[in-house]
Amino acid sequence: MTDLTLAPNMAAPDRSYADLIAAHEGLTKEQSDALNARLILILMNHVGDESVIRAAIDAARLE
Amino acid sequence: MGKSFHTPLYPYARHPDQDASAPVRHPVIVIGAGPVGLACAIDLAQRGVPVVVLDDNDKVSEGSRAICFSKRTLEICDRLGLGDPLVDKGVVWNTGKVFFGDRKVYDFNLLPEEGHKRPAFINLQQYYLEQGLVARLMALSAEGAEVSIRGRNRVTSVTSHADHVALSVETPEGAYPLEADWLIACDGASSPTRTMMNLEFDGRVFEDNFLIADVTMQADFPTERWFWFDPPFNRGQSALLHKQPDGVWRIDLQLGRGIDKAEEKRPENVIPRLKAMLGPDVPFELEWVSIYTFQCRRMERFRHGRVVFAGDSAHQVSPFGARGANSGIQDADNLCWKLAMVLDGAAPETLIDSYEAERGFAADENIWHSTRSTDFITPKSETSRIFRDAVLDLSERHAFARPLVNSGRLSVVSSYAGIALTGPDEGGPVAGQPGRVCPDAPLTSGPLLDRLFSGFTLLTIDADAPDQVTDGALSAARLALSVSDDPTGALAERLLGDAPSAVYLIRPDQHIAARFAVFDDAKVRAALRQATGQEAA
Ligand SMILES: Cc1cc2nc3c(=O)[nH]c(=O)nc-3n(C[C@H](O)[C@H](O)[C@H](O)COP(=O)(O)OP(=O)(O)OC[C@H]3O[C@@H](n4cnc5c(N)ncnc54)[C@H](O)[C@@H]3O)c2cc1C
Repeated sequence: MTDLTLAPNMAAPDRSYADLIAAHEGLTKEQSDALNARLILILMNHVGDESVIRAAIDAARLE
Repeated sequence: MGKSFHTPLYPYARHPDQDASAPVRHPVIVIGAGPVGLACAIDLAQRGVPVVVLDDNDKVSEGSRAICFSKRTLEICDRLGLGDPLVDKGVVWNTGKVFFGDRKVYDFNLLPEEGHKRPAFINLQQYYLEQGLVARLMALSAEGAEVSIRGRNRVTSVTSHADHVALSVETPEGAYPLEADWLIACDGASSPTRTMMNLEFDGRVFEDNFLIADVTMQADFPTERWFWFDPPFNRGQSALLHKQPDGVWRIDLQLGRGIDKAEEKRPENVIPRLKAMLGPDVPFELEWVSIYTFQCRRMERFRHGRVVFAGDSAHQVSPFGARGANSGIQDADNLCWKLAMVLDGAAPETLIDSYEAERGFAADENIWHSTRSTDFITPKSETSRIFRDAVLDLSERHAFARPLVNSGRLSVVSSYAGIALTGPDEGGPVAGQPGRVCPDAPLTSGPLLDRLFSGFTLLTIDADAPDQVTDGALSAARLALSVSDDPTGALAERLLGDAPSAVYLIRPDQHIAARFAVFDDAKVRAALRQATGQEAA
């Protein structure tokens, strides 16, 4: 079982962040929400591991 | 078709018990001649236990109600002696289609595993199941079994004592008292027994209304399960189309919250909805219409002294996943051999507590699945709907999203692994793990499940063992199998694996109690005691 990576891990953080923002350009709030939801599901599937997904959800809660 | 649910099958007839000077005591009384009560009565009668069924009605249930019966239900019905007529009448289906908005997003095939006598599911109106059960019960009675149904016998009071239960029964000719050593309350979701005993029934109530319509039409829709999310003919809601025998189709339309039920049920409101769905040119006739909301809830305890609850009286789920009737039949399957052993003095009364542990676990599993399906079909928040729609959009292009689509996870049987009766596991294939139902396999001599005994079976594969193992009042009879009886290799694949031999102890309900590499008298006897609640793990 792998642990959730919370240390810097993106190869090109600025570019990937810019890609994310660009993907939302010109979208309505509704379209953006739908895109985000699809993106989260795709990334969840890529991660796969149940405990890593759960740890990511916990980390996102900022508790 | 003849509306079979209008014909009295067990009309009221005066019984000598009504004229007795003192209340007559029966070993087992079952309240309710629904699928679960009838299954209990047949199972007990086949085990030689006298049983009386009391029902406030005299016919099978009104309307088709449950229509989807699982492989396990059919296997249990085989054991109860009515599997063949059900499967002959039922509609077998394997393909499902999922629609989102105005497009089909994907289809699936249940792809049932080869080498099982029974299909994954059949569709059949609940009244046909009940008719089959009533016919079987009457055949047993004609053969001399002490089993009967008393129609229009409504139970109006239940008083639980330490070693029996006292009942009052209302009939068209007045009231009479009865007593039972054991009472099985199969009186449905609104169980009067539960109310009379002041017992709680807690859980979640869902607010969405659903319209169920059974229509007769000669349409060339294929024999498939079609499920729509947000279809053009029912915007923002869901819809289901499923085939039954006799050219009858089940249509299930979500109507949403806060509707006027009586108004929506009127044919002049139902028919335009169906026309919008089926198209203007498909002629159809309404056979049965019902509007309902549903609950996911259970009793905390299924056993209260000598009163045992089974089926909808004990637990209730949403219809998505066909878990209502199917899980109730499994309750009967679990309870009856235990009760028969307790009544025979072969097992302690505490064996009945294992019914509650095993079927309570199954109820929790069913409620969990059914709640997840309901939340997917009727999202409870904006965010939940956004994710639901994202899953559906992705499912059209990417296989990974399809397992997330949840229009009902169809009923599968629970394993009792880790619960007190389940004994040791010396290893082997996953399909044969103790706690699970023994998997079927096509042997040279016929389907494996048909060869299991009504009591405990000691199934040996290429292993030496005596023909009978006994421990006090307990016994298991040997079923000696060999890989040479296994033309397809299914037996070896499911129960043997790479081992040269295997020994399984199988319960009367066909769940595996324990498995061993070779026969060991002391170990098998200990497992037999454990499986009957006489020895801790
Ligand atoms: C409208 C509707 C639609 C449904 N659709 C589906 C579906 O699509 N799929 C699915 O899986 N399930 C469905 N169900 C649920 C399914 O029908 C039940 O899970 C199943 O019938 C439960 O069987 P049971 O024997 O526990 O109870 P029931 O079938 O409810 O039987 C209870 C029996 O007890 C009798 N009784 C009650 N009180 C007394 C009394 N005081 N004295 C004597 N007798 C009494 C009643 O007359 C009845 O015969 C539906 C139910 C309803 C109501």
